[in-house]
Amino acid sequence: MSRTTLDLWVGFFVVIGMAALLFLSLKVGNLASANFSESYVLKAQFDNIGGLKVRAPVKSAGVVVGRVTNIGFDTGSYRAEVTFVVDTRFQFPRDTIATILTSGLLGEQYLGLEPGGDVEMLKSGEAVQITQSAVVLEKLIGQFLFNKAAEAPAN
Amino acid sequence: MSSESSATLVQLQDVRFAYGERVILRGIDLDIPRGKVVAIMGGSGCGKTTLLRLIGGQLRASGGIVNVAGQNLARLSTRELYALRRRMGMLFQFGALFTDMSVFDNVAFPLREHTDLPPELIRDLVLMKLNAVGLRGAATLKPAELSGGMARRVALARAIALDPMLIMYDEPFAGLDPISLGVIGQLIRRLNDALGASTIMVTHDILESLQIVDYVYFISEGRIVAHGTPDEIRASADPFVQQFIHAEADGPVPFHYPAEPFAPSLLGPGAA
Amino acid sequence: MNGLLSVVRRLGRAVIDGVWRLGFATRFFGLLLLYSGQSLRRVHLTIREVYFSGVLSLLIIIVSGLFVGMVLGLQGYETLQRFGSGDALGVLVALSLTRELGPVVAALLFASRAGSAVTAEIGLMKATEQLKAMDMMAVNPIARVVAPRFWGGVISMPLLAALFSAMGVFGGWLIGVVLIGVDEGAFWSQMQAAVDFRFDVVNGVIKSVVFGAAVALIAVFEGYDCTPTAEGVSRAITRTVVSSALAILALDFVLTSFMFRGQS
Repeated sequence: MSRTTLDLWVGFFVVIGMAALLFLSLKVGNLASANFSESYVLKAQFDNIGGLKVRAPVKSAGVVVGRVTNIGFDTGSYRAEVTFVVDTRFQFPRDTIATILTSGLLGEQYLGLEPGGDVEMLKSGEAVQITQSAVVLEKLIGQFLFNKAAEAPAN
Repeated sequence: MSSESSATLVQLQDVRFAYGERVILRGIDLDIPRGKVVAIMGGSGCGKTTLLRLIGGQLRASGGIVNVAGQNLARLSTRELYALRRRMGMLFQFGALFTDMSVFDNVAFPLREHTDLPPELIRDLVLMKLNAVGLRGAATLKPAELSGGMARRVALARAIALDPMLIMYDEPFAGLDPISLGVIGQLIRRLNDALGASTIMVTHDILESLQIVDYVYFISEGRIVAHGTPDEIRASADPFVQQFIHAEADGPVPFHYPAEPFAPSLLGPGAA
Repeated sequence: MNGLLSVVRRLGRAVIDGVWRLGFATRFFGLLLLYSGQSLRRVHLTIREVYFSGVLSLLIIIVSGLFVGMVLGLQGYETLQRFGSGDALGVLVALSLTRELGPVVAALLFASRAGSAVTAEIGLMKATEQLKAMDMMAVNPIARVVAPRFWGGVISMPLLAALFSAMGVFGGWLIGVVLIGVDEGAFWSQMQAAVDFRFDVVNGVIKSVVFGAAVALIAVFEGYDCTPTAEGVSRAITRTVVSSALAILALDFVLTSFMFRGQS
């Protein structure tokens, strides 16, 4: 085979290989839709984060606005400290409520932001003050049984 | 360098070599003068090919000095050794042509690797070399399409592509029909004289070699047992040389591989 | 007692041989990298090898990728719909392909298609003294023969793995969306929400580069190190395929534990 035909084949091979990579990045992955080119960092402390993981989505009104970047433990307050980034396009008031929610009954957990009415907006590095912990199923069931038990003698 | 122009191109002094425990060469002294064709002869497995490898620098001697063109091979770096090898051509036993290239590309290989000549000039040079071995018409063939003798000639054209000062042949006559054998023999002599090169030829084909060489060394069991010009060799009364020339089965070169006495091993260890 | 001693002796010799070979392989790899500069400067040598190991593996990679994706579509849907989450089929197909199956299966196919061919080629060149002849012509066989084949493999492998994954996703789509009737929007959007570019796609590419280097190194080494006889070459080819497979799976475990530990 002459060298030019060979080069042509190799060129063809590289092109379709690259096309496959592009397809994986853009169509299969979320490189195009979730490109947080510019974002700012926020923090929130929770009594209990349940099963929240790093890289879990941050949603407001169901729309993904950011991602959880770090989960730590504050030894001062004995609470979980969640760090997350939010796209600069989305600004939230200072009295925003951060909640840990579950998508569906057994789905993954995510961080929900519910905006308040403050005129001042949260700045990078600040903490969301009002938080609501994850609903822990075991506790919920325990509480339910306890209430039932408490009701029983009254009957 | 003064030794560069001396009459001796290759000089071996007390060269020894062993593969691990197995001793191959036990002290070889040998001179290859410039412009001459020298044959190294001996039975199969006597260390002839090892000797060529040592001169080509593919093996390092475990003792003694190998001098090529005034340079001690043991002291050369890889780069210097490669520089020296560009001036050597070696013909391997079965040609060792590159099977994925055509005859033309095979001969052009050393030229393309070592020179920046323009393609037209390389083409002319390659056709010249192929013409010298009579195979200009076979330039487009693949090595698989060649007969054994033709492959050997192509390999010869490749070995002389860079006009070497030293050409080495490893069993150039092995497995050839009488006509091809004569052709290769004539080529070896003619190319040596035309290029002004020196030739070392390792072979056990004594009758063909005696017609073309200037000097012969006989090797047996890792030592040189006889040497001389073809006429001296023919007249020699040395039993080894006699055995070799007349192809006798037994003599100084024993028929049997060294073994314990036969009778006890037949009767079993208890009988001994 | 004597029998036990000979077993121990043989074991010891095998271990020493193994360590010796490993040492040689390491030195060989060093030389390979050392002479790579020389051979990469003559880029057409490497392009030729990309053709032989990459382009010629295209067909098997494309067909296998398609079928693996189709099987994933069938099996995945079968399992997912029991939990009423057939919509997540895209996630299952895409994640298993980009993270694991793409790089691993493509590398296994690559080892048996291209790796064995490289070993055979170098082994035969050695058996017919072509490497020695090259060395005598003052051309370094590692720079001229080995290095281009190694880099050809390293370049081809990630492209082949990406192609395999892409074909697999396409196969999964074909079965899931076209044949079974999973909602097309849910298929793609759930996939895009779950597959992360950095964590899944890039890690998959890193894996395939590592596998490519491992397979290519094993292939050229086995060829270069083989006993120069017909039997030696055929054993070297077998060793290439077996050791490549082991290396791929072991490396996959190591890389996976580094990459995806602590992630969802």
